[in-house]
Amino acid sequence: MPLDLILFIIFALIAAVSAVLMITRVNPVISALFLILNFASLAGLYLLLNAQFIAVAQVIVYAGAIMVLFLFVIMLLKPEHEKKLLAVKKNVKIFAYVVAALVFLQLAYMIFFVKPSVSINPQVSASIHAGTIESIGFLLYSNYVLPFEAAGFLLLAATIGALVLAKKKFE
Amino acid sequence: MTIPIEYYLILSAFMFVVGVAGVLTRRNAIIVFMSVELMLNSANLTFITFSSYLGDSVGQLFVFFVMTVAAAEAAVGLAIIIALFRNKLTVNIDEINILKW
Repeated sequence: MPLDLILFIIFALIAAVSAVLMITRVNPVISALFLILNFASLAGLYLLLNAQFIAVAQVIVYAGAIMVLFLFVIMLLKPEHEKKLLAVKKNVKIFAYVVAALVFLQLAYMIFFVKPSVSINPQVSASIHAGTIESIGFLLYSNYVLPFEAAGFLLLAATIGALVLAKKKFE
Repeated sequence: MTIPIEYYLILSAFMFVVGVAGVLTRRNAIIVFMSVELMLNSANLTFITFSSYLGDSVGQLFVFFVMTVAAAEAAVGLAIIIALFRNKLTVNIDEINILKW
């Protein structure tokens, strides 16, 4: 068995199992920790796909910044009766799982049985070149400079919005 | 690149479905929010997979923008949850129904 297949199986198993554990744990802090594990294993998968820049950004932005924010808010709010929060009506639960299974079957059918319109011939050198900071940065500052500026403006607006929302006391 | 592209896509589909089930079954607003992040990440995995197998950087650029939007969304969403908790002293989304007629 080639090494990258073994690594893929390890990372994929960690990602899938931690995702399932994330939505089934009672304690929200444990859920958040499993989500961090999921994000970290996704970073490993990105490295397998030769996307170095995104792998590093995943660890810094998602597993770092965003999840610290989540853990901070979970610990800030008083953990109320978690058992009561888990007591979902049985019908709702069955409906949720049926919907999820249908969506999964549909996606699996699309992935395995529908013929793609373009045949994909993976080339390792092109894929390695596509993932470097150089090529992403070149695109970011040439063809996609307007979305880049818009993203910066969005972050500014979000910072101000979060400040206003969290500060104000509603009457 | 010996791994078939379907393996990555089915993993991504599975993570998306787990996120859907989490949104529908959990009643804690923060965990619902984390499930949405999981769904965003499964979409990111699909983007990266196709970008890598096609040798095109634009998919990874999109993931960059998705991460930006996710960071903004997390900041604003958690601020909304804090504001709601101040008002109603709960994060149970069944009790937060002031917009429901």
